[in-house]
Amino acid sequence: MVGIAVAIGLVLGWSAIRFKVEGNPLAEKIDAILPQTQCGQCGFPGCRPYAEAIAKGEADINQCPPGGEEGVKKLADLLGIEPKSLDETHGTPKPKSVAFIDEQLCIGCTLCIQACPVDAISGAAKQMHTIIASECTGCELCLPPCPVDCISMVPIAEDLPHWKWKHPVIMMKQVSAGAGA
Amino acid sequence: MSRELFKFKGGVHPPEHKAESNGQPIHPPPLPRKLVIPLRQHIGNPAKPVVSVGDHVKKGQMIAEADGYISTAVHASSSGIVTAIDMQPVPHISGLPDLCITLETDGRDEWIPHDPLDYQAMAPADLRMRLRDMGLAGLGGAVFPSAVKLDPGAAQTFPTLIINGGECEPWITCDDVLMRHHADETLQGVAIMRHLLGSTEILIGIEDNKPEAIAAMQAAAAKVDFAVEVVMVPARYPGGGAKQMIQTLTGKQVPSGKLSNDIGIQVFNVGTTYALARAVHHGEPLISRLVTVTGHVLRPQNVEVLIGTPMHTLITLAGERDGTTGVLMGGPMMGVPMPNLDVPVVKATNCILVKSAELFPPLPKALPCIRCTRCADACPAELQPQELYRFAKAADFGRAQEYHLFDCIECGCCSYVCPSHIPLVDFYRYAKGEIWAREKEKRAADLARERHEFRLFRQEREKKEKAEKLAAKAQAKRAELAAAPAAEGAAASAADAKKALIAAALARAQAKKAEVTPKNVDHLPPDTQHEIEEIEARRAKIRELARKPLEPEDKP
Repeated sequence: MVGIAVAIGLVLGWSAIRFKVEGNPLAEKIDAILPQTQCGQCGFPGCRPYAEAIAKGEADINQCPPGGEEGVKKLADLLGIEPKSLDETHGTPKPKSVAFIDEQLCIGCTLCIQACPVDAISGAAKQMHTIIASECTGCELCLPPCPVDCISMVPIAEDLPHWKWKHPVIMMKQVSAGAGA
Repeated sequence: MSRELFKFKGGVHPPEHKAESNGQPIHPPPLPRKLVIPLRQHIGNPAKPVVSVGDHVKKGQMIAEADGYISTAVHASSSGIVTAIDMQPVPHISGLPDLCITLETDGRDEWIPHDPLDYQAMAPADLRMRLRDMGLAGLGGAVFPSAVKLDPGAAQTFPTLIINGGECEPWITCDDVLMRHHADETLQGVAIMRHLLGSTEILIGIEDNKPEAIAAMQAAAAKVDFAVEVVMVPARYPGGGAKQMIQTLTGKQVPSGKLSNDIGIQVFNVGTTYALARAVHHGEPLISRLVTVTGHVLRPQNVEVLIGTPMHTLITLAGERDGTTGVLMGGPMMGVPMPNLDVPVVKATNCILVKSAELFPPLPKALPCIRCTRCADACPAELQPQELYRFAKAADFGRAQEYHLFDCIECGCCSYVCPSHIPLVDFYRYAKGEIWAREKEKRAADLARERHEFRLFRQEREKKEKAEKLAAKAQAKRAELAAAPAAEGAAASAADAKKALIAAALARAQAKKAEVTPKNVDHLPPDTQHEIEEIEARRAKIRELARKPLEPEDKP
């Protein structure tokens, strides 16, 4: 009996070292749900730090406005806890937008380039800057540093390639109460 | 020619309504004053404009080129002047505009020089590129670029080629009429396909409600020098669907999530085959197609229509009637309602079906699903529509995908048989759209994560590199200094060395400053020089003032 216990103990000890999982797998899973806008509205410098804070139990699941109620629900499902409503102190969900630089006003100060968390602004000192729209997450972090307020957020308009079928609204026929609901 | 036929599951028998339009001759193309030609008529990337506003273009001239492999070109349907390249309403259920090229026609309908292609002498890849530049796309409804489908790829050959003349959807007769009137040319197209695909078995499937078309095709098939089998298949909706036609003719089923290519079968619509023959034997790009104009009109018929012709032109041609309640592009089962009638005919337009209250009475209000599973019996894709409906309605898209939502061909059989009149297909379209949108969002999030992580890595790397560079510089300086004062005496402490370093740097900076003299004040005329001196004096005075502490009398 002792022999078996020792043998199993050895195997377990060995496999703990051999099959050690790198990083925090829970934080990884949480990070996969977060919208990756890297906007910092949650109070953490990016989605990954927020995910790690949730995994450690240091942050609540309702601090991500871009993720919206749906994101909170997914996190609650993952963590096996009750979903709650979004914490409005961290902001409210907004329509998906991309930043737009008014190129007439831009003075080429590079402050927005330094602020962009996903390197979605191209330009150089004293050269005009422009947003790479396909890479912009709409985090709004470039707005405050701009000294000439030449950046605005443009909501993404619905066009043909982005159009999708809406949830059908069907008129249900009212059945008399006697027939049962 | 009796061939063993197979039966696909489900299907329905809606009233055919083919006789209204299939007896008339083909009406030649009307030439409207204005043609609006959308650049996104096919699956894949939209075409890129190659003309500018004000250009004069000839009939058949390329006005937008293919952008990428899965794309195809767009051509001027008649001669005239490009008056606009902008967003215009297009035949889409959303009513949203899309990029179009507008032509003001000059009425001369003047062709660009065009010659037949010697396809047998051309390399297959060159021929395919030519077909892509001629705008060929599947005319059966999906509008997939034909050049891509004509590429056998790594398999080298498609053993079975099926030409689909099923045309199972009620009211539509454009394929029927095409086969009756252009059987020989359609077979010429088949010969080109056979050449490109290396097919050994060629089947033309036609539903048995088109005896004239079958006879015409059989007569034409007897004249060609390769084996073609014209097969009469029982009429049952959606027997003209590609997957259903394959199963009826060969007994093979296309596996879930795969294409017919994966089982060595390629399917083309008869209209595509005819367009291919026109392109190769006459050098004509795809600038017109047959369109059935039927339903609540005075003279239902098939019209050869220039791409870009407004739909109202065709309805006027067929005789508009009072009491129109709407227009569908396509048939009653799969057609989409048009937001307005200014939208142009595109390559996908096979039918313009004008509705009236008598022909298409409004559906009664929907009742809750009673799970009778009549939809499951009717579903030709062998799905469980009632379950898909439940999941789609509850936005449980994961479960919907587990129930093979993407195998749904949106044929509408389930909605047709539903005793509760639930618009089931709308729910599946909604669910598919949501799933696609989510996948797109997921890809965007993954990209953002990657870019953010790279940025962090880059910042860290830059910091490290800078620190290393500074350390190396300081090290070099220290070594230099250590060598220099060694002569003066080793007594110099480290602090002295540092002081000396700073002094040296200061001296360098001063020297640099002294070196740089402003260039624009050299050789000035005396009066300007004087002015500058005055300004300098003022500046010195201000500096003096600023240096002085504030006078106590400044404060009240």
